[in-house]
Amino acid sequence: MEVAHKFSHKHILGLEQFSPDDIDFLLRSAASFKEISTRQIKKVPALRGRTVINLFFEPSTRTRLSFEVAAKRMSADTFNVSASTSSLKKGETLIDTARNLAAMNPDIIIIRHAHSGAPGLLAQHTNASIINAGDGTHEHPSQGLLDMMTVLEKKGRLAGLKIAIIGDIAHSRVAHSNIIGFSKMGAFVSVSGPATLLPMGIEQLGATICASVDEAVTGADVIMALRIQTERQKDPLIPSLREYATFFGINKRLLALAKPDAIIMHPGPMNRGVELDSDLADGAHSVILEQVTNGVAIRMALLYAIMGGGEG
Amino acid sequence: MAQPLLLKNGRLIDPVNNIDSPGHLLIEEGRIKGVYLGDLASIPEEKCQVIDAKGKWIVPGLVDMHVHLREPGQEYKETVASGTKAAAAGGFTAVACMPNTSPANDNETVTSFILAKAKEAGFAKVYPVASISHHSDGTCLAEFGELKKAGAVALSDDGRPVENSQLMRRALEYSAHYDLLLISHSEEMALSGNGVMNEGALATRLGLRGIPSIAEEIMIYRDLALAEYVKRPIHIAHISTRESVDLIRRAKGKGCPVTAETAPHYFTLTEEAVGDYNTAAKMNPPLRSKDDRLAIQEGLQDGTIDVIATDHAPHARQEKEVEFDLAANGIIGLETSVPLALALVRDEIITATRMIELMSVNPCRILGVEGGSLSPGASADITLIDPHRVFTYEEKAVVSKSKNSPFLNWSLQGKAVTTILAGRITYSDLDPA
Repeated sequence: MEVAHKFSHKHILGLEQFSPDDIDFLLRSAASFKEISTRQIKKVPALRGRTVINLFFEPSTRTRLSFEVAAKRMSADTFNVSASTSSLKKGETLIDTARNLAAMNPDIIIIRHAHSGAPGLLAQHTNASIINAGDGTHEHPSQGLLDMMTVLEKKGRLAGLKIAIIGDIAHSRVAHSNIIGFSKMGAFVSVSGPATLLPMGIEQLGATICASVDEAVTGADVIMALRIQTERQKDPLIPSLREYATFFGINKRLLALAKPDAIIMHPGPMNRGVELDSDLADGAHSVILEQVTNGVAIRMALLYAIMGGGEG
Repeated sequence: MAQPLLLKNGRLIDPVNNIDSPGHLLIEEGRIKGVYLGDLASIPEEKCQVIDAKGKWIVPGLVDMHVHLREPGQEYKETVASGTKAAAAGGFTAVACMPNTSPANDNETVTSFILAKAKEAGFAKVYPVASISHHSDGTCLAEFGELKKAGAVALSDDGRPVENSQLMRRALEYSAHYDLLLISHSEEMALSGNGVMNEGALATRLGLRGIPSIAEEIMIYRDLALAEYVKRPIHIAHISTRESVDLIRRAKGKGCPVTAETAPHYFTLTEEAVGDYNTAAKMNPPLRSKDDRLAIQEGLQDGTIDVIATDHAPHARQEKEVEFDLAANGIIGLETSVPLALALVRDEIITATRMIELMSVNPCRILGVEGGSLSPGASADITLIDPHRVFTYEEKAVVSKSKNSPFLNWSLQGKAVTTILAGRITYSDLDPA
């Protein structure tokens, strides 16, 4: 298999930094790593002796575990720091935390942070490679890549596909990375949701705003439902989850408007019966668990690439 | 008796007296003795300390009517002494300082303290702006009479708006008795929410919460409506959007007694300066679009905007070297105001005379303080500007205690080279002879 490509990124802060060739390389590389996770002995020595720190300032189950599993399957030494036990709770600034971690000479720091731009700040103040595991409402590049990998597996291509992303676009770093990534790869991304959740200027990332969910999903190859973030209720964005589910939740009627072989995706964690009908989440069109499986492969590919595995 | 000071062979710019011509200025006993447009025959040059002003502008001392000196309470950012020293270095002979100190300047003790510190430092006149509301918390009126008596020249809750319209109305009415001007930080907080930069495509791309222009405009409209209704003057601080300029232009057209200021960053930069989460470009109101910047320049040109004021807002490194969301709002501005304004003159957006109106004549008139002219007998508050001097604005040369400027390492053209306060030189950076 030919995956040679000059991958020249030290940090992975967002999909915005990647060329279509970079993305193509990572997707092909991930496809080859995927097989490792199906072996009885799920370990290769590619990152032996490398130190990877998982620095998570926000709660996360899936992403953190996925990065840890990926690093361990590559034989890296992994360490987890979570907000509740870190010095940040004691008033230390992010830069000071970063400098202290850097003093222990890690090769890679994987960061999840509530504030957009935090991974970039870390990158300016340490020598380690930084991987953004989700920052504020900015980007979640590994999620974008694993979503593209999943679609590519199912559809055999990305160019020319219609991807409908429905829901809270404004607060979704997943949506941002997906809009950027899919449109770079030549897919057509349409977004829809309550106008209060569609941010100003989202078209400039590559999305087309549809006035109705019906319009967005009609003829779609992929329907992606986004999590409604119930913790945002202070801002009057939607009146109730009940009303949201009725008018914006993905259901069988909407699915029928899409292509017959359309797939349904969700980045998790899911509010069943709100943004996605529970039966559909578990039904034949759903690829939600395959997204999770591919997450490990994508993260193996990312770790490998920034450690120089991309030298073609 | 101090030696007379002669500024020789400069370009005298004195909008009040309708002067813009080559000439000389003589200072005696801390006052302007006279301006001389012709030869020097009548001046006993040998008895004077002479400053060669060839190629330089001799203008009335510049006045920045919107600065934060941080004292009392936040002396780690700036003090009255360090802030006024920075003012002198920027060509200013007077500043008006906002009351959001700790404690707030809502009582005569704080006002008197600031004035005492200013006198002790001696770098510039300081005009305290006192709080509109007690603790600047927007609930009840501060004691305007006591504040005026202590030396306050105007009132503002700057840093935050007076959200309660009734309180703002009462403040406008009640301040009449003391002839105190209200300066409004106009912002509808429910709309700006927890935004951190201008709302729009760039904020969306960076994943940063936006502050819509309407947050500023709606509150300006309210303030103008109140001022017009109770027939009281109001001064709108740091305007940043096209619609804000239009609102003020229309209000002035109707005879509403409104004045307005903008800051150099709003006519120089756009939101693009936020770039890759650059906290040196974070302020409130935020940097806006190119079209807004153009509108601000038009407002400066056509007289809608009366004043260039810097909103000098010092912050320590640790308050800026953090996540963008968490970074403090504001930038220092005293030492870059002159070169940034001069860029507008070079671009022929404003004339030299207009620049001096915006930076000296109008702030004095609006605040009701002395200064703003080269009239004989006036206090000798004078700024000498070299419009040609090119320099790089480097962190190590910053006089202010804080260094939070988006203009660091910019190559700038034009600067104040001598600042004179009541006949005494407070700053000098003349070329070696």
